[in-house]
Amino acid sequence: MYGVQSQRDYVLRTVEERGIRFVQLWFTDVLGTPKAFNITPAELENALDEGMTFDGSAIDGFSRVQEADVLARPDLKTFQLLPWHGEGESVARVFCDIFNLDGTAFEGCPRHALRRTLDRAREAGYNFFASPEVEYFYFADADPRHPPEVLDTGSYFDLTVADRSSDLRRRTVLMLEEMGIPVEHSQHEDAPSQHEIDLRYTDALTMADTVMTVRLVVKEMAQQKGAYASFMPKPLAGVQGSGMHTHLSLWQGERNAFVDPDDPYGLSTVAHQFIAGLIRHAPEITAVTNQWVNSYKRLVSGYEAPIHISWARNNRSALVRVPVVKHAKVDSTRLEYRAPDSACNPYLAFAVILAAGLRGIEERYELPPEADANLFALSPHELAAKGIGTLPSSLNDAVDQMERSKLLADTLGEHVFEWFIRNKRAEWTEYKSEVTQFELDRYLPTL
Amino acid sequence: MEPLLCFPDPLPAALTVALREAGHTLCAVARPEMVDAAEQASTKDGWGGAVVSTVEDPSEAMALCRHVRRREVPVAPLLLVVAPHQIGDLALRDELFDDFCVLATGAGEIAARLEHLLWRAGQGLRPDIIEYGPLALNLETYQAAVAGRVLDLTYMEYELLRFLAAHPGKVFTRETLLSRVWGYEYYGGARTVDVHVRRLRAKLGEEHAHLIQTVRSVGYRFGQVGWLPAST
Repeated sequence: MYGVQSQRDYVLRTVEERGIRFVQLWFTDVLGTPKAFNITPAELENALDEGMTFDGSAIDGFSRVQEADVLARPDLKTFQLLPWHGEGESVARVFCDIFNLDGTAFEGCPRHALRRTLDRAREAGYNFFASPEVEYFYFADADPRHPPEVLDTGSYFDLTVADRSSDLRRRTVLMLEEMGIPVEHSQHEDAPSQHEIDLRYTDALTMADTVMTVRLVVKEMAQQKGAYASFMPKPLAGVQGSGMHTHLSLWQGERNAFVDPDDPYGLSTVAHQFIAGLIRHAPEITAVTNQWVNSYKRLVSGYEAPIHISWARNNRSALVRVPVVKHAKVDSTRLEYRAPDSACNPYLAFAVILAAGLRGIEERYELPPEADANLFALSPHELAAKGIGTLPSSLNDAVDQMERSKLLADTLGEHVFEWFIRNKRAEWTEYKSEVTQFELDRYLPTL
Repeated sequence: MEPLLCFPDPLPAALTVALREAGHTLCAVARPEMVDAAEQASTKDGWGGAVVSTVEDPSEAMALCRHVRRREVPVAPLLLVVAPHQIGDLALRDELFDDFCVLATGAGEIAARLEHLLWRAGQGLRPDIIEYGPLALNLETYQAAVAGRVLDLTYMEYELLRFLAAHPGKVFTRETLLSRVWGYEYYGGARTVDVHVRRLRAKLGEEHAHLIQTVRSVGYRFGQVGWLPAST
């Protein structure tokens, strides 16, 4: 009913009415780094009609042998003012999809990869929703020459007076609400200066855009007050890292496809199969959900992060958790996938998570038994007896698993798949050749 | 009669004379940001209309038009006086003025045109506006405001709010809203409506979030049951 033309009019009119000086065209490279270029209102009309051509060879994962130029086309539905720019210097942003010059979807664009997977789900009759819990730290600065300096010594659910980092979080949540991003819940996390913002669910494409926006707003609000916000998965040894536990649900129209009131767990066969898909393919998708060398410092025993490939209802050591829902609220039935960290590329992470679950449904995987014990307390022998495997223990391990996965190659597309593996192998090689402080402390005095 | 807002200060002398002879009180301002102070000082019931000349300083004149036309109650009628070479600049700015004259036109004709505009305005010619309680939507400019605060809406949020506000008191199912507002397939299916309603409520702010009510196991309703717009 309201086609592209009226969206276009809406955007152009709003730019004039609100006196917008710059429009930022946002997109994301393969590693999830936000990218943007600024255009003036005068250039906007042309950008909307024809897209903006730019040289992609400098963007991570965009370079190709044949052709360097790509085209960014604004997705008009995502046009939004950025309220932290004050009156008189208004700035708006719009997310872009990346195309080849011949108009076909560009293989390196993460938004396309997610959209393809969502289309597959839709062909099977499902809409996929995601609701992440984004954890991060506030530090005094980003200077790597000294250890990160926390802003407070608070802890989980602490209510403290004049806590600078909680104040930053509050300002951030208000700003997000002003941008129409509802926050379910926000709190001080376990570690000093660590915070969590839980987002209300949306369809996964909107949510991936939202995660990109949230990261920017968190960093922007911190910077305005002279602090630094970091989504690094494990910035401090000895305290827990920053995860992005993600709640997942599948819907068929108005019906939650994960619900079956007659099942002892309240879960439908579709939900069983989806969990089984996640369990079976978890090792293959981990390179994407946890894409940095540092990600694997978070996935260690003794903290809240999962390492054992298992599912459970009330067991927070499990990889897939099924939150218990109140009887009257069966519609909020969902799964929680606990591996991803806050520094993943949300487009690719949601795509591979969904692909793993869908594979479970398509192939009618059997759900393994629920993990009832605290898995951290079991010996490797006991785990093996229960048939419980572990997530990859390093980036190298994860890339090995990914490289063997047809599911991943199909989901990401050859271009992203191959580039990602090359890039991550290179990161590992560089890391491996470093001599760390750990080694100096441990070996220099004795060897 | 309420005074006419004039720009620039002073208005060309011939024009001032003609408008005064037609019985108008004039209040000229030199810059757009002076409008509100001038209004407070010279009128209790707002402006009777405006005559804005773009001849001397076109960008300030347009800024003034935008300023007075994007208020919750826009100043109307607004007559623009332009130089012949400025006619092209009027394209796509139709909402900023009600009519225009070229400067070469005699002052008498300009005054006559203004009289005609005032007469038409008296006939209820108003910009297309939906108002409900603290909420105002200007359908021409796509702008929405709640309690005078302009809302930064995405296109779909605006369309949803417009649809709901145009049918206050009526309950819509998610499916209906999806087909009437989105009109095409969308990734979220019917749940998309929930997502957008939540986003709209967040932007309306806590105080006004209740404008969109959830009707349990049915859908959504804007405003109160039984409310009818005053104009129908």
